[in-house]
Amino acid sequence: MSAGTGRGFNWLNAAPWVYTIGLFVIWEVSVRAFGIAQYILPAPSVILNAIVEFWPAIWKNSLQTLYTTTVGFLLAVVGGLALGLLVGWSKTIYAGLYPIMVGFNAIPKVAIVPILVIWFGIGTIPAVLTAFLISFFPIVVNVATGLATIEPETEDVLRALGAKKMDIMLKVGIPRSMPYFFGSLKVAITLAFVGSVVSETVASNTGLGQMMSAAQSQFNVPLVFAGLIMLAVEGIAMYALMAWIERRTTGWAHRGQMAQ
Amino acid sequence: MAYPLVTISNVDMRYGGAEGILAVKDLTLSVAKGEFAAVVGPSGCGKSTLMKLVTGLHIPQSGVVMVAGERVTRPVSIVGMAFQNPTMLPWRTTLDNILLPLEIVERHRKRLRANKAEYVAKAEKLLETVGLKGFGSKFPWQLSGGMQQRANLCRALIHEPDLLMLDEPFGALDSFTREELWCVIRDLHAAQGVTIVLVTHDLREAAFLADKVFVMSSRPGRILQERRVPFERPRDLDILYKPEFNDLVHELRGAIAEARIAV
Repeated sequence: MSAGTGRGFNWLNAAPWVYTIGLFVIWEVSVRAFGIAQYILPAPSVILNAIVEFWPAIWKNSLQTLYTTTVGFLLAVVGGLALGLLVGWSKTIYAGLYPIMVGFNAIPKVAIVPILVIWFGIGTIPAVLTAFLISFFPIVVNVATGLATIEPETEDVLRALGAKKMDIMLKVGIPRSMPYFFGSLKVAITLAFVGSVVSETVASNTGLGQMMSAAQSQFNVPLVFAGLIMLAVEGIAMYALMAWIERRTTGWAHRGQMAQ
Repeated sequence: MAYPLVTISNVDMRYGGAEGILAVKDLTLSVAKGEFAAVVGPSGCGKSTLMKLVTGLHIPQSGVVMVAGERVTRPVSIVGMAFQNPTMLPWRTTLDNILLPLEIVERHRKRLRANKAEYVAKAEKLLETVGLKGFGSKFPWQLSGGMQQRANLCRALIHEPDLLMLDEPFGALDSFTREELWCVIRDLHAAQGVTIVLVTHDLREAAFLADKVFVMSSRPGRILQERRVPFERPRDLDILYKPEFNDLVHELRGAIAEARIAV
């Protein structure tokens, strides 16, 4: 397309940057052209100013949110993997636990925060636990799915050789469920941010959620947006990390016919 | 042809409790040691049930299944199995896939670590036999369907089973690849003296490979006919175009057509 094809510019690699910058440019231009008030929609340049101005507070609260999210997420990884293996292990456990988990997952997590506050007080622990509660379900479901979808022929071949349930799990089930597991981490980390920010907004003295709700009550809209931008940056970074881990560990699953 | 390796006597097998589907009824057959038997029949006639009965994955409600002189009451580890779906594990190399049974079978798994080199050499020899020399380090998804099926045969044979059970192993392959693999399995049978039971719906395949062909009825399955295949071994692919061969296939086809109408 471009003039100098041949050794030309790689548009595919540049596209994420070009589009993102384009979005901010359109945003900036629209806000200026239509004269939108700062307390409705601040322009990116104004938000950038706010980030610089309030950097110490933003940095501290960003670290706090990253910390609660990561701890909650790690708990979810350990708990989700363990429960997923248990649920995938036996049809009875699966049948027994599944409705409970679905019901539990259906409860909006924001409704649980007050209970967590009663138990643990406001602050870090409810944020960690909310992040954990919201992000562990997709991990459980994915690990259990990986175990439950072992090809019956594979199982027959191994059982005919005298394989025990444990052998089949170790040799086939667990390796097989790993792509599902690592795939679910990308979903789970995003949800973990939702959980920690919700909890911080409702009941905390620190964290980006609290910072944004405080800024909002003072009509400091640029700071609210600064918090949103920081959340987006943290979210993208963690997502990219999970995607990288996924590619590194289960590359075999992304190279065409995983199962025919 | 020595003593029978597999005997099935008056076996009934019903799925899903007393009111369930009767898959096979009064099934009786026997396969001698070193023999190559093929089982053909209309679809849904219980061929796969037969596989599971012989390997001990299913225990019949009545009747007796004997393998190598012992009554089958649990999975018998002296068999190797291969299905139409090669079910290679995609995270293992082809070689590691082939070695998998050794990590399971009791008498090998204890020796495996100490004698790895010996087993690897054996696996590589098998790969060479099926025409996959040098492909051991490839991942299954780097192999074509036919190559995967060859590797699947290696996996079924690595623990030196006395009995090889094949459930339509060539069903998903194109006809040229299929004929190549017929020759592979023919040569394996000749070289290793393994007893083979091949379940198939391809009558030419059955007639080309087997010493005897069992024709099963539609559900509930039982043996309608047992046909000896008279052709001399070693058989060449040219035999497929001989009139005697076509007559045999034609007769088998007639028997199957009857089996579909009967019952």
